[in-house]
Amino acid sequence: MTKLWINMGPQHPMTHGLWNLRILVDGETIVDAEPVLGYLHRGVEKLCERRTYNQIIPLADRLCYVSSLCFAHAYCLTVEEMMDLEIPERAKYLRVIALELQRVTSHMTWLMAIGPDVGLITLLLYCLREREYFLDLLQLQTGARMNQNYPRIGGVSQDIPSNFEHKAIKIIDKFKVRVKDYHKVTNESSAFLKRMQGVGTLSVEDAIAYGVTGPNIRGSGAKLDMREHDPYEVYDELDWEIQVRDEGDSLARFHVRMGEMQESCKIILQALKKMPDGPINVKAPLRPEGQTFRRTEDSRGEVSYYVVGNGGESPYRLKVRSPIFCTMNVLPKLLTGVNVADVLAIMGSIDVCIGETDK
Amino acid sequence: MSGLFDLGGWSREISAFVSDILAWLADLFGGWIPWFRDVANWFRTDVVIEFWGFVIAVMIMLVFAVINLLVVLWMERKLYGRLQDRRGVMVPHPWKKIHKGTGFLQNMADGIKLVMKESITPRNADKSMFHAAPAIIFISSVMAYAAIPLSTTFVLADLELGLIFIVAMFALSPLAVLIAGWASGNKYTLIGGMRGAAQMLAYEIPLLLCIAGVAIMAGSLNPMEVVAAQQRTSVLGIENWYFIPQFIGFIVFMVAILAELEKLPFDIPEAESELVEGWLTEITDIRFGLIFMSKWMKGWAAAALVVLLFFGGWSGPFFPQEVWFMIKTYIVFAFFVWIAWILPRIRIDQILKIGWYELVPLSFATILIAVALKFLSHFGMGWF
Repeated sequence: MTKLWINMGPQHPMTHGLWNLRILVDGETIVDAEPVLGYLHRGVEKLCERRTYNQIIPLADRLCYVSSLCFAHAYCLTVEEMMDLEIPERAKYLRVIALELQRVTSHMTWLMAIGPDVGLITLLLYCLREREYFLDLLQLQTGARMNQNYPRIGGVSQDIPSNFEHKAIKIIDKFKVRVKDYHKVTNESSAFLKRMQGVGTLSVEDAIAYGVTGPNIRGSGAKLDMREHDPYEVYDELDWEIQVRDEGDSLARFHVRMGEMQESCKIILQALKKMPDGPINVKAPLRPEGQTFRRTEDSRGEVSYYVVGNGGESPYRLKVRSPIFCTMNVLPKLLTGVNVADVLAIMGSIDVCIGETDK
Repeated sequence: MSGLFDLGGWSREISAFVSDILAWLADLFGGWIPWFRDVANWFRTDVVIEFWGFVIAVMIMLVFAVINLLVVLWMERKLYGRLQDRRGVMVPHPWKKIHKGTGFLQNMADGIKLVMKESITPRNADKSMFHAAPAIIFISSVMAYAAIPLSTTFVLADLELGLIFIVAMFALSPLAVLIAGWASGNKYTLIGGMRGAAQMLAYEIPLLLCIAGVAIMAGSLNPMEVVAAQQRTSVLGIENWYFIPQFIGFIVFMVAILAELEKLPFDIPEAESELVEGWLTEITDIRFGLIFMSKWMKGWAAAALVVLLFFGGWSGPFFPQEVWFMIKTYIVFAFFVWIAWILPRIRIDQILKIGWYELVPLSFATILIAVALKFLSHFGMGWF
């Protein structure tokens, strides 16, 4: 049979963003795949060279519209390390709470997107419902639902209100009940398992070789989490577990993310209990000098910033390593040989965010 | 209970009444123009009355089909809205913007919108085939209504092979899917059309075999006879609805009919997430609307088929036959909706595997069961 190149994108229900996945199909089987990026390129790294250090925080927020806080926080952490700045203990806890809230909402967005991907629109509406609660919490803490502009170099912008803990406990309790609904329509339903099980298997060696990070590599069996292995803020003082699955298929990645949502809830509750009183901000020097490389764990994988300051108002050079940009490289390997319909199950489980991929 | 509507009789009476009026008018003017009297006599002949009676019956059935389509569409939207923890269509009012209510007119609004859309024919399309496909689909689904009886009297065409006719009309639409997919000149539609053709092979055989099982038990392919056979009481002292003796066949039939309708676990030719809209991608304006309408028309027809074959048709106490039939079909349709909105779409190779490895052997089993029951009934040991 003749082989056909099919463009899945730039405008296509599969893409979740603005990119193009070209697949070469032989009937229903994919022979070759080629991700084409660049439709959303904004030149963020170059933009940063013309902005002051504080002005970059809202820009970093806009790298990924789903987990914006993680990117802004990673930037602040990097610059603080360059400045040798020790931030107050309370600010660290506040950051952890905000980061984990952001992680839950991001994973919720992933879960609601994977529903329509495999044809289960009901899941989308279920997840939107609970995501609202976590966004409410995030709004209570940071003042915004997305693009929060919350972390500052030297702390955070504002403290949590007094009713935050009460609300957080209530919402997390509710969430734990509602998660059972998700399991009922997903991994307790044999039709969903048919789509996800054994599809898009990624071995540990390949994952490491291609630079896959985050929940995707944890689904392949590598116990790799920057919160544990290169600890920042107060993650090493809290009690939580890395979610790892050995199978490496779409279902394993699904389980890893479902588990991570629960772990994030655990972290939030612990951090709220342990949080000391005190200031939330320290004054930062304006014109730092030096260079730093720092990596953190985003909800999609490892985010690294490399910042070079030459004593000026703005950084001399800023480099962002975004997790999904590296994960995209493994697509030709993952997609070759599978069915056209499996593209959805695989891309859905990888959790693509084009904002950070194209930068 | 007997039927409420005597479709054939009533339309013949209407026809006769109109003929009488026309003949009276012709008689009135017959004094001036002599050949008017011949016209008046022609109006009174049985052939004319029969013919117009039949046309009126068809019109009544068509009106029923369209109104029923609106109800079924609205029902589906409301039901899956509730399933997804929301209220479904709500803004119904032509001039008041109120956010409460049933939203029954929403489907009308959608239909009007589709009529006003631009009609686009792709440059690469095979034009005649591309335009023929929506017509084939719509006509075939409307024609299936001809053989569906709502009661012993409310039936348009009491065919001896009615079940075969209905299934034949259903089986026409995959052909149109293939035509539309291939003629659109688009890669997504081509894959969708091919999927439609492949899928048809998987579900059409078990579907027919299940009907064969029922036909063996009832001894007829006429829906009327099938229902009459189910109204006979069985050994248990209740009506012998075939979903009990033919339970395997019932399950297989439900799966196959969902695939036939391209409802969600099996909407593989459309597969909106990977193939944009599958074979429908290039079809715009009211042609899209016609296909959309015919999908739900077929949906109700399929529910009616399930009720006729397995749930005793219109039999039931107290209410007239039509009421029972509509209640049953709506319940079956609600079941379709429930299944469709809680299951993800499966892959094309999986439906082929389900069809050939599971449904076909199971439907052979239903035939064996039917033959065995029929055989036993000859010795007074069966269900009858």
